[in-house]
Amino acid sequence: MKNFLLLFRADSTQAAKRSPEEMQASTKKWMDWIGSIAAQNKLVDRGNRLEHTGKVLRGNNVVTDGPFTEIKETLGGYTMVSAGSLEEAVEMANGCPILQMGGSVEVREISVL
Amino acid sequence: MQEKELLPHLFRTEYSKITAVLCKLLGFEHLDVAEDIASETFLSASELWGLKGLPENPAAWLYTVAKNKAKNHLKHRSVFQQKVSVQLSQAPASEIPEIDLSAQHIKDSQLQMMFAVCHPAISVESQIGMALRVLCGFGIEEIADAFLTNKDTINKRLLRAKEKLREENIRIEFPPAGEIPGRLEAVLRTLYLLFNEGYFSASHDHSLRKDLCLEAMRLTFLLTENEATHKPAVNALLALMSFQSSRFEARTDDHGETVLYDDQDTDLWDEDLIQQGEYFLNLASEGNTASKYHFEAGIAYWHTIKADTPEKWENILQLYNHLLTIEYSPIAALNRTYALSRANGKTVALQEAKKLALTDHYQYHLLLGELYTGVDNVSAHNALEKALAMSHSSADKKIISQKIQQLTGKD
Repeated sequence: MKNFLLLFRADSTQAAKRSPEEMQASTKKWMDWIGSIAAQNKLVDRGNRLEHTGKVLRGNNVVTDGPFTEIKETLGGYTMVSAGSLEEAVEMANGCPILQMGGSVEVREISVL
Repeated sequence: MQEKELLPHLFRTEYSKITAVLCKLLGFEHLDVAEDIASETFLSASELWGLKGLPENPAAWLYTVAKNKAKNHLKHRSVFQQKVSVQLSQAPASEIPEIDLSAQHIKDSQLQMMFAVCHPAISVESQIGMALRVLCGFGIEEIADAFLTNKDTINKRLLRAKEKLREENIRIEFPPAGEIPGRLEAVLRTLYLLFNEGYFSASHDHSLRKDLCLEAMRLTFLLTENEATHKPAVNALLALMSFQSSRFEARTDDHGETVLYDDQDTDLWDEDLIQQGEYFLNLASEGNTASKYHFEAGIAYWHTIKADTPEKWENILQLYNHLLTIEYSPIAALNRTYALSRANGKTVALQEAKKLALTDHYQYHLLLGELYTGVDNVSAHNALEKALAMSHSSADKKIISQKIQQLTGKD
């Protein structure tokens, strides 16, 4: 078993427009999805959400405000799962509710130092 | 209470109190002496009370006799120390200390004893055994019954545990404030397992199982009474135990057979225990940490709601989702999938069930049988047959056979 980091990206301006009912329905979908991974004993770290704003530091002390890439691709959170292969991890990510909202999941194997 | 029932009852309640106080006084390395004095006290009682009748205040009588026996023991010990040890070490003979059997000191001693026997240096099984013996006053035979094993095994287990605790120089005292959270977690885990031993045990002794549950609740209650251990997780555990116990009478029929949740007579659910659970669940919501006991208590709370609504199962599902993110267990994974079927439908639940990789648990096949029923009765039948073949206890086999009969009746 290897660990994989799932990175969730979505259009952060869309999320702010949702009604409370939509938010609640979304919370259920997320929890059902996370619960499914946990029930397979494959959840390594539930992870967290990330605030939509932040700063980026570059050389020569250049500091810029976020967003860092296109608004549609704002990094919104992460979760760590365990899987036998990258394919299996991708299959797990396939149930992520963010996909139904036009977002994406990046699946990356953790390369242990 | 009948006279002949009084002594066993007193033994259960007072033996552990006397042992805890004496052991605190003499030091953990003399646990055997403390236990011997407590046992001898009850022996004297059974001899004398049989002849002369009951004293006015039996508990006070026991305390006085125990005190005298302890003082005698200490006198012998100090004579020994004066005559033998002093010549070796020149240490002054210790004075005989006061033996405090006040209610407060008993509580404190029992709490400290709880931390001592639930020490991570010994296995969890040994912790439960020790707790049953020295904190609950259970006989070796009763402990063997609860664990479905023999007296020899239990005696050996307890002996090894005592040796280990002695080697580790465990003291009967409150852990330092900084260590309490970690040590309390170990204590709660043991009490949780002690309760489950009673609630889910395959032992047929109904009253023994109930006693295990009540003792686990009593010890957890002791923790809630002390400021240092009155923590949200403790209240949550007590809430969980209260909710579960509320169904104790409903889950076995007159012949001692298990009655499944859906078939229970809800009039037999104990309203007082349900209310007690709600009280402690409210207390548990202080602070902003949620332990696994919080989620399990939440799940148990929703099971006390009689109306079978979509809201009930949706809440149970979400609590299982949260519980599993904190701690995985096969049973929680299976129960979560059942809740999923009630909240989101059987089709989704069947897909999820197949991902669980729990085919070596009979409960997995039992779940599949449940989920396939009405969707694909042939597969349901196959799954139940598999569950029947894999299950061990006669109670489980009986329930699964009934399900198979119901299913073939439907065909």
